[in-house]
Amino acid sequence: MNEYLQSVANALIDRHAAGLIEFRDQLSLVISPEDLQPVCLALRDEFSFEMLSAQTAVDYWPQQEPRFHMLYFFYSLAHNIRLGLRVPLNGNAPTLPSIEGIYPNANWHEREIWDMFGIRFEGHSDLRRILMPYDWEGHPLRKDYPLGYEEVQFTFNYDEIDQRKPYAKE
Amino acid sequence: MFDKTEVTLDELRHLISDRAVEGETVLLNMGPQHPSTHGVLRLLLELDGESVINCIPDVGFLHTGVEKNMEAKTYEKAEVMTDRLDYLNTVGNTLVYCLAIEKLVDLDVPPRAQAIRVILTELQRIASHLVWLGTHALDLAAMSVFLYCFRERELILDILEMCGGQRMMATYVRPGGVWRDVPEEFEPAVRNFLKTFPARIDEYEAMLTKNPLFLERTRKIGVLSREDAIRWGVTGPSLRASGVAFDLRKAAPYSGYEQYEFDIPTQTDGDTYARYLVRIEEMRQSLRIVQQAMDSLPSGPVRSNNRKFVPPPRSELGTSMEAVIHHFKLWTEGFTAPEAGVYVAVESPRGELGVYLEGNGGPKPHRVYWRTPSFVNLQILPLLSKGHLVADLVALIGTVDIVLGDVDR
Repeated sequence: MNEYLQSVANALIDRHAAGLIEFRDQLSLVISPEDLQPVCLALRDEFSFEMLSAQTAVDYWPQQEPRFHMLYFFYSLAHNIRLGLRVPLNGNAPTLPSIEGIYPNANWHEREIWDMFGIRFEGHSDLRRILMPYDWEGHPLRKDYPLGYEEVQFTFNYDEIDQRKPYAKE
Repeated sequence: MFDKTEVTLDELRHLISDRAVEGETVLLNMGPQHPSTHGVLRLLLELDGESVINCIPDVGFLHTGVEKNMEAKTYEKAEVMTDRLDYLNTVGNTLVYCLAIEKLVDLDVPPRAQAIRVILTELQRIASHLVWLGTHALDLAAMSVFLYCFRERELILDILEMCGGQRMMATYVRPGGVWRDVPEEFEPAVRNFLKTFPARIDEYEAMLTKNPLFLERTRKIGVLSREDAIRWGVTGPSLRASGVAFDLRKAAPYSGYEQYEFDIPTQTDGDTYARYLVRIEEMRQSLRIVQQAMDSLPSGPVRSNNRKFVPPPRSELGTSMEAVIHHFKLWTEGFTAPEAGVYVAVESPRGELGVYLEGNGGPKPHRVYWRTPSFVNLQILPLLSKGHLVADLVALIGTVDIVLGDVDR
């Protein structure tokens, strides 16, 4: 484990009561949505993580609390280390502050996450769909969104499958 | 099914200036069907005469839902979709996906397989840069370069075909190694390519590097400063042309890249010409890596011997009961991965190609996320194109080097 990375993690754990996940030498911090912007600012200005490498979300449906995890991967050119952030989000239509003002390339990442998961970003300058057609209904990467085929309903499982169908819920 | 049929100007109002609303400037669509957008990319341009005031990229025309589809397949079966993403870097795509699986389940890769992976990835990098160079020059009206580049690219595709059976989408790299050993004719073909190609790079350079028309079209066009490149998360040759020597093959070596000696070419100007120089030099460095890997190619197996993840060879099926059981389990249920996530990135010809792979204890991935370099790098197009002429925009799309399959996934 890189010493610098460990000190960054310790500092953020002390300051924001962050959780820590370590798996195969990869370090991720778990923080709450309110802490997101201060943590990102600290990472960029204080700990020299100049780049946002990737940003995405994971859906844990049918679990509701938290239903989503927002994932950020930062890279530090100066120290050649990578750090992950995880932000658990509750409920079906969560919102989260945008980090576009801190890392400009979050713009398209956040548009993609809105498009695919239906997570809204407050303060985003241009929150439109990006990959799906602009008039698409639903958010395809959610786990309750079917893969594109129609499941065959029989009398014994009609209601069960009906519940999984994408209409009328969101 | 859908009520809305068209996007109104109101929805894009925050992106265009007041002058466009008053009719002083022109809004013009470029693409999605346009020969110089290198695929189905649509750009909404706001023009004042011939100069670009703003450019709004519209992507997603090639979206195929790869991430969603991969969640519905077992780890090994999902791999076949990965080389369809960036169709100019198919070996690199399968490589990063296999590296992610190997990291997630802690699977070993024999040294010979690692060296074969490096050789093919570097050859593929050259092939990808050749397509870029050919189409970029074609956009700038240098017709013959395109024909020369595609002549050499064909030699590389022949090598890929003799290994994997297909020119482009071979899915040759597999979890735990490669599909099978390289054939006998592989070594002479690669050696022949190594011998002839350096002179060919000189040929391209003779046509372009000092060509006044080419210089006129590329110098001081689309200057990307070091700070902007880092802020926008740009990676690959575009970042290195802005003066940052960041290359994942050096920064976080994978597949044994630490054994090979090569340089990271950089330039400081950050313009279209600098990006051209960086990519040309990268082809030479790739040749160096292939040369070293060929000279030190170890012998031995090309796939891991861990039967919980890698199916047994066909020959064992007739004699070993365990082999039959493993074969059956792997091709029906597949292997399982722990409930955890890994982020693995490699250096593709376009930049950092990353995969976030999360397992849920079952045989199918819970989430596969592709951090594709084209998607991130394309965001700087509005920044680069402001103030330039429409004709320069064509050069800028070429210099960012996007593959739309990679952008839209």
